[in-house]
Amino acid sequence: MTKNKLKTEISQKKWLRSPFIRAFAALVFVLLLGVIFNADGAFFKWDTHRDMLRHISVFAILGCGMTLVIITAGIDLSVGSILGLTAVLFSIFSLHNAWSPWVTIPACLIAGTACGVISGGLTARFKIQPFIATLAMMVFARGVAKWASGGQKISTAVLQPDGNYHYTPVPPIFNVLNSKILSDNIAVVTIIFLACIIICWIILAKLKLGRYIYAIGGNEEAARISGIPVFATKLLAYGMSGLFSAVAGICQAVQELQGDPEAGMTYELTAIAIVVIGGTNLMGGRGGIGLTFIGAMTIGYLEKILSINAVGEASRLMLTGTIIVGAVLFQKARR
Amino acid sequence: MYGSERIKNKRDGEDNNRKILLRMENIGKSFSGVKVLDDVSFDLKSGEVHILAGENGAGKTTLIKIIAGVHTDYEGEIWLEGQTVKFKSPHDAARKGISTIHQEMSLINSMSVEDNMFLGREKTHAGLWVDYHTQRNQVRSLLEQMEVDVAVSTLIEQCPLSVRQMIEIAKALVNEARIIIMDEPTSTLSDSEVSRLFEIIKNLKNKGCGIIYISHRLEEIYRIGDRVSILRDGRYIGTSTPQKLPPEDLIQWMVGRRISKHFPERSPLIGKECLKVENFFLPDPAGSKSWAVEDFSLCAHSGEIVGVAGLQGSGKSEFFNGLFGTYGRAAKGNIFLDGKPFNIQSPGDSINHGLALLTNERKNTGLIPFMSITRNVSLASLNKHSKWGWIRSQSEESAAAGHAKKLRIKARSLDQEIDTLSGGNQQKVVLAKWLETQPRVLLLNEPTMGVDVGAKHDIYALMNKWTAQGLAILLITSELSELLAMSDRIIVMHRGRRTAEYSGNEATQEKITRASMGETEI
Repeated sequence: MTKNKLKTEISQKKWLRSPFIRAFAALVFVLLLGVIFNADGAFFKWDTHRDMLRHISVFAILGCGMTLVIITAGIDLSVGSILGLTAVLFSIFSLHNAWSPWVTIPACLIAGTACGVISGGLTARFKIQPFIATLAMMVFARGVAKWASGGQKISTAVLQPDGNYHYTPVPPIFNVLNSKILSDNIAVVTIIFLACIIICWIILAKLKLGRYIYAIGGNEEAARISGIPVFATKLLAYGMSGLFSAVAGICQAVQELQGDPEAGMTYELTAIAIVVIGGTNLMGGRGGIGLTFIGAMTIGYLEKILSINAVGEASRLMLTGTIIVGAVLFQKARR
Repeated sequence: MYGSERIKNKRDGEDNNRKILLRMENIGKSFSGVKVLDDVSFDLKSGEVHILAGENGAGKTTLIKIIAGVHTDYEGEIWLEGQTVKFKSPHDAARKGISTIHQEMSLINSMSVEDNMFLGREKTHAGLWVDYHTQRNQVRSLLEQMEVDVAVSTLIEQCPLSVRQMIEIAKALVNEARIIIMDEPTSTLSDSEVSRLFEIIKNLKNKGCGIIYISHRLEEIYRIGDRVSILRDGRYIGTSTPQKLPPEDLIQWMVGRRISKHFPERSPLIGKECLKVENFFLPDPAGSKSWAVEDFSLCAHSGEIVGVAGLQGSGKSEFFNGLFGTYGRAAKGNIFLDGKPFNIQSPGDSINHGLALLTNERKNTGLIPFMSITRNVSLASLNKHSKWGWIRSQSEESAAAGHAKKLRIKARSLDQEIDTLSGGNQQKVVLAKWLETQPRVLLLNEPTMGVDVGAKHDIYALMNKWTAQGLAILLITSELSELLAMSDRIIVMHRGRRTAEYSGNEATQEKITRASMGETEI
């Protein structure tokens, strides 16, 4: 009798302690806000949800790579700049040079991955703190983006030698990636975002690489002595973050129909917020991609609800900041 | 079920002349519904060393955390010098004269010795400016008294483990507490340092302080204990004076079963040579220009336990780490594994060649705290448990379950995070990790550190079993009795060099101590 009672008590507590449940509770809270402040029923229309998903996709894709890096007990500040750089490269290649997407997309992905690998190498080989190494990459990649674009937005308007603008036709790849499918019910970028989540889930939950990532974040020295290739794993984690940033960069370019060298400014902070709201610990070793997904939904809905209720930008920012703190405190309280 | 235990409860060794400093009655404490302390009573008199004994997980640490104000939510009552008290925080307890020497070091690595000693209670002018002058003098005289040779401005991270432990002790003393709690203070100390600590304890007793002392070393219980109280599975078993409680009974009180001998009988079957190390050199990893290990050589046969003895700083740990590849190619020497030359490269490479290293810092280099038992066990052999980079979870789960059974790991579930286990069980998990790599040569650095009597006995029996299966074991341990009982051969190091080698029969404490001080006998 007492034993049974004890057992259920334990399982209840365990259930409450699960970070997944806690993150989910925060999301449910935000959704409830949406149900209450439904802006004359706008919140109950699928279009609202579809647009939210489309809007959050780019940030969430950055959050995927950020999750991998944060679990290694690192951080990647360069994701926004890499997004900007790859958006510019993608636009130059496909709008100005009219290259085939079969060349353009791999080229951009390689460029993004290379940026990530470099900052990963700096932290892993030379023991530069991740914050500093990726801060340097953030500045550097932004510089490359401005240099490649000449500081101009790369759009369909191409300046001719005679001083006139010639408008190139929009390549089909832009329309394909920026369309909505399933009778206009979901955006292609959202599908890409979900694919990234699944890839990260496989890496973290199923692959040896994922185990290495958790082990390094949990205790790097113990991982090294257990024969785990710390250098290669870190290189891969940061490289992957660069890769996802490049994916996000391409999505951004097709949505804006241009490559803006200023694109992605402060996106790294949103990506970090998504990961942290999900409940992945900045100290490393704990967390997961499912949490990041929930975090992305929480932030996405929060912004959407505020915007459909026509809350002004100033109040929106202040409310978002407050709610981030609230969500994190709520998660801590149950720990 | 508990009835038979209750009968055994005794309260021997009452000496009513001394003042009672601390009394705790009917203390209970639960963590998430699990009772870890149940109706425990305890008291401490001035001028005595009261030993708290029991296996890992018996609730000793929880009990002292209640005394030290770490856990503020408990059942029962506490009296401090006749007054009921309820501490609000560790700070509150410290102000009321209770000082704790923690098992898990509470020092801040990036701060100096001096700053650590006064952390949180800095001497100040007008409550603002730190009075470094007074602080420094106080620290210097205290360290001098304790014969710790370290500059007060040294950063903690630059101090070796044993010095850190002495500083941890000094930190508790600088507070001028009435009640001092020592949680396994000697586990990282050398013999001479232990003697100095016991000298300090004697002084404290004369000053009228009461000391609560936790130890897993039986000899210490008999050497310094005035009274000993035993806990088992969160319950109070009894109190006695050590003189009235012979070791067999003490162990029975602690373990709940009778262990006839502390060390199991060893009958080694020595096979052919499987590790040979010649001309081993390792530069000082800390960066000074001297050698940590110089021209060292040793061999080990299959089925053999070779003890490596030496004082702290003799280079024995560095030798293990270097041989295993922790310092990469900095370690050099002619090494042969099963007759084949072996070049030290990295831990991963050494594991593939059949070496395994149990380090003496379980927390820092042994386990991954937030990972489950299963994942900690499979960590060093993931190649075996994966295919094309995909982890086969069934394979690792069954491996972990097998080890948990053989090593008697006590856990609710193998999915439990490892930092929820007691020290002894954590150590068994780390051992399981290394066994899972199927090593030929096992390097064990302090395998029984912070491990209770029952688990120690288990580990000794396992070492015998593994060697019977053909493994070679190199063993470092700061407990001389353990070294003498378990080793078939003992090699002594002094300042990175080899000073003596004894067979198991001819080795004695005196010979080893002399050779560790540098007397050569080769």
